[in-house]
Amino acid sequence: MEHATAVTGNLETSTGIDNKKLLMWLFLGSECLFFGSLIAAYLLYRDRSITGPYPSDLFDIPFTSVSAFVLLMSSVSMVLALAAIQRGNIRSMQVWLFTTAILGVLFVSGQAYEFTVFHREGLSLSQNLFGTTFFVLTGFHGAHVTVGILILLSLFAMSLRGKLTQEKSLNVELAGLYWHFVDIVWIVIFALIYLIQP
Amino acid sequence: MAAITQPGRGTLGEALAGVRKAADSHYGILSWIATVDHKRIGIMYGVTAFVFFLFGGIEALFIRLQLAVPNGGVVDADQYNRIFTMHGTTMVFLVVMPLSAAFFNLMVPLLIGARDVAFPRMNAFSFWVFLAGGLFLNASFFTGDILNGELGAPDAGWFGYAPLTLKQFSPGHGLDFWAFGLLILGVSSMAAGFNFIVTILNMRAPGMTLFRMPLFVWMTLVTSFLIIFAMPVITVALFELLFDRLFDANFFNPAAGGNPLLWQHMFWLFGHPEVYILILPAMGIVSEILPTFSRKPLFGYPFVVFSGVAIGFMSWGVWAHHMYTTGLGSVANSAFGISTILIGVPTGVKIFNWMATLWGGSISLRTPLYFSVGFVGMFTIGGLSGVTHSIVPSDYQQQDTYYVVAHFHYVLFGGAILALFGGIYYWFPKFTGKLLSDGWGQVHFWLMLLGFNLTFFPMHILGLLGMPRRIYTYSEGNGWDLWNLMATVGAFTIAFSVLVFMVNVIVSLRRGKLSGNDPWDGRTLEWAISSPPPAYNFAEIPRVHARDEFWHQKYTEDEQGLPVPVAAAAPAPEDGEHEGGHGIHMPSPSFFPLLAAIGFPLIGLGVIYDYAIAAVGAVVLVVGLYGWALEPATEE
Repeated sequence: MEHATAVTGNLETSTGIDNKKLLMWLFLGSECLFFGSLIAAYLLYRDRSITGPYPSDLFDIPFTSVSAFVLLMSSVSMVLALAAIQRGNIRSMQVWLFTTAILGVLFVSGQAYEFTVFHREGLSLSQNLFGTTFFVLTGFHGAHVTVGILILLSLFAMSLRGKLTQEKSLNVELAGLYWHFVDIVWIVIFALIYLIQP
Repeated sequence: MAAITQPGRGTLGEALAGVRKAADSHYGILSWIATVDHKRIGIMYGVTAFVFFLFGGIEALFIRLQLAVPNGGVVDADQYNRIFTMHGTTMVFLVVMPLSAAFFNLMVPLLIGARDVAFPRMNAFSFWVFLAGGLFLNASFFTGDILNGELGAPDAGWFGYAPLTLKQFSPGHGLDFWAFGLLILGVSSMAAGFNFIVTILNMRAPGMTLFRMPLFVWMTLVTSFLIIFAMPVITVALFELLFDRLFDANFFNPAAGGNPLLWQHMFWLFGHPEVYILILPAMGIVSEILPTFSRKPLFGYPFVVFSGVAIGFMSWGVWAHHMYTTGLGSVANSAFGISTILIGVPTGVKIFNWMATLWGGSISLRTPLYFSVGFVGMFTIGGLSGVTHSIVPSDYQQQDTYYVVAHFHYVLFGGAILALFGGIYYWFPKFTGKLLSDGWGQVHFWLMLLGFNLTFFPMHILGLLGMPRRIYTYSEGNGWDLWNLMATVGAFTIAFSVLVFMVNVIVSLRRGKLSGNDPWDGRTLEWAISSPPPAYNFAEIPRVHARDEFWHQKYTEDEQGLPVPVAAAAPAPEDGEHEGGHGIHMPSPSFFPLLAAIGFPLIGLGVIYDYAIAAVGAVVLVVGLYGWALEPATEE
C-alpha cells in the first residue's frame, strides 16, 4: 500500500481495491483457465485409454477422501490465521499459519504416496492416456499446493522475526486467497475425476 | 536498501553499495539494467522488439529469395521449414506483441495521469523475461550443426500442429526450444497483462473516469484481459507438448488413443484471442492519431469503446474457423461461420468511426496520419478477405493456400505494423524531444505501402491459383512465376523502406527539429508535460474534467462549435517548486527482476539437456523472487 501511495501521490486507488488484492484476483481468474484446460484434457480422454490400468483399478476413494478432507480443513485454519492477525493476535496467527502449512504438507505427502502406489501398479506418464492426463493434472495441482506451503512458511518465518504485524494483514489475506483457490480446484478435481466415474 | 547490503558488509557489501549507487543515478548502463521507470522499460521493449523485427525480416527475405523463381536453390527444404517457422513465431511473439507492450509501457501511465505503473518492478521483470524468452527461442538455431548449414530451429510452423511436433517427426531440440521459449514469453505477457489491468483500473488521476480514458488505454485494457485469459490455455498446450516430447506422455500420440486435434483446439482457443491481442493495440494507436490530425474528437467514442470490448468477448467464440477442414461437422462449421461473420460487425463499426473522424476535420497531413490512414485502408482489405474465410465452402478452397498468407499479412502488417509505425512517428518527439523528419517519414510510408502491396497482393492471386503455403519450391508452368517474382521485389522494397526509417531515426536523434511539449496540438495528457517527460511524469497529479482533457485546457468552443484558444492557455508546465522532482518518492531501481528472469532460460536449458542446470535456474529464480519480495519498493 505504501508503494501505491508513493507512486500515485493518492492515498486511494481509483476503484478502492488494493493493487495487490486486485492483482491476486486477476491471477486467480487466469488460473481458472489454466486448470480448466488441464481438466478439459482429462475429461476429453476419459475412457479412451487403449491399455490399462484404468481409474477403477487404482482409485482408493476412502484414502483420497481423507486427504481431500485434510486439505479442506486447511482452509479453515487459513481463515482462522487471517482472523487472528486482523485482531492483532500474532501468536494465534502463527499457530494457525503453521497448522495450515502442516495440513498442506500432509496432503502433498498423501499425493506422493498415491503416485507411488499407482506407479507400482503399472501406471506411468507414458503407459496410457489415463496416466498421461492424470499425472499432469494432479501433478500441477500438487505443485500449486507446494508453492502455497512455501508462501505460508515464508509468512511464518517473517512473523517469527516480527516483520508481520497487524498492519500487514493483507499479506496473509493474499496468501489465503491463493490457498482457498487451490483448495477449490481440488474439490473440482476430486469430484470430476475420482467421484463421478462413468 | 539496507536490508540488501547488510548481510554481506565487508567488501561484498561495499561493492554492492557501489553498484546500487550507479543504478540509482540516471546515467550509465547499470541505471538501465536496474530501472523500473515505465518510460525506460518501454524504450527497451521497443528497441529489442525492433531488433527482432530485423531478424524476422531477414528470415522473410530468405523466404522470398527462395521463392523468387521456380526451382529456387537458396535454401533446402529443411532450412526453409525452419526459417518460415522462426519468421512467423518471431513476428507474432517477438515483434508485434512486444512493440504493443512498448506502447503500453510508454503511454498508459502518461495517458491516465499516473507517475508509473502499479507494479514497477514487475514491469521490469516482464521486459527481462521477454528478452530472455526471445534469446532462448533464437538460440534454437545453434542446436543444429550451423556451420554446415544445418539449422536447429523449430520446423513445424508458427502454430506447431501435432503430430508434426512430436519427437518422431522432429527429433532435434528445435521444438523443445520453441515450446519452452513460448512458455517463457507467456510469463512475460501475463505479468504485463496483470500489471496493466491493475494500473488502468486503479491508478487513474482524479476525474479520469473510465469513459474519459483515451481509446488507446481502453484497447490496452481489453488486450490485457485477453492476454491473461488466453495465455494459460497455450501454456497448458505447450506443457502437454513438452511432456509428450521429453517424457513420452501421450497427449497427442494417436497410437495411444491421443488426438492431435486437441492441439489445434487449444492452440486456436488461444490463437484467435491472440489475433486481437495483436490488432487491438494498433486500433488504439490509430484512434489517438486520427482525432489529433483531424482536430476533431474521435467520432462515436462510446461505439468505438464498446466495439473493442465486443471484439474482446467474441474473439473467444470463433477459434474453430481455423479448423473447418478438420471434419468438425456442418453444425459446428456453420456456428463458427456465423460467429466469425458477426465479429466483423464491431470491426466494421470501428472502420466507419475512423472515417467519420476524418470527415469534415481540418486535416493536417503529417507522417503519423499517413500511416494511420494506410492502416485503415489495408486493414479493411484484410478484413474483407477475412470475411471470405468465414464462409465455410469458400474456406475449403482457401485453406492452406497463399490466399490465407495474403489475408493475415494484410491485417498484421498492413494493420498492426503500419499502425505501430504511425505510433512511433506520433510519440517519438514525446520521448526524445526531437521530431522525426516528416519528409523522410513520408518516403518511408510510400515505399512501405508500395512494397507491402507488391508483396502481399499477388499472394491473393497465387492462393486462388492453388499455390499452397509452406512449400519450399515450385516448378514453372503453374502460372505462379510472375506473381512470386513481384512478391520478392515487394519484400525488398519493404526492407529498403525500413532502412529509410532507421536512417531517419538516427539522423533525427542527432539533428532533428526540437519538438517542444506539444508538437501536434495534441488532445491528451502526455502533451501537457515536457518532452522527454521527467522521471516522475507529473509534478502534480492532474485533475481531469473531460475526455481529451488537454484539448479542453487549450480550447473552448464558439457558437458554431469551432475551437477558440483559451486566453491564458494551459498552465505553465509544472515543475517550479518541484524542480528536479525532489520530494516525489519514486520506486527504487532493482536488480532482482533481472535476476529472476535469468532463472527461466536456465530452467529451460536444464529440462532439455541436464537437470543440474535446471536446479541452478530454479535457485536463481527463487533468490530473485525472494530478494524482490523482501526489498522495500521505495526508499524510506
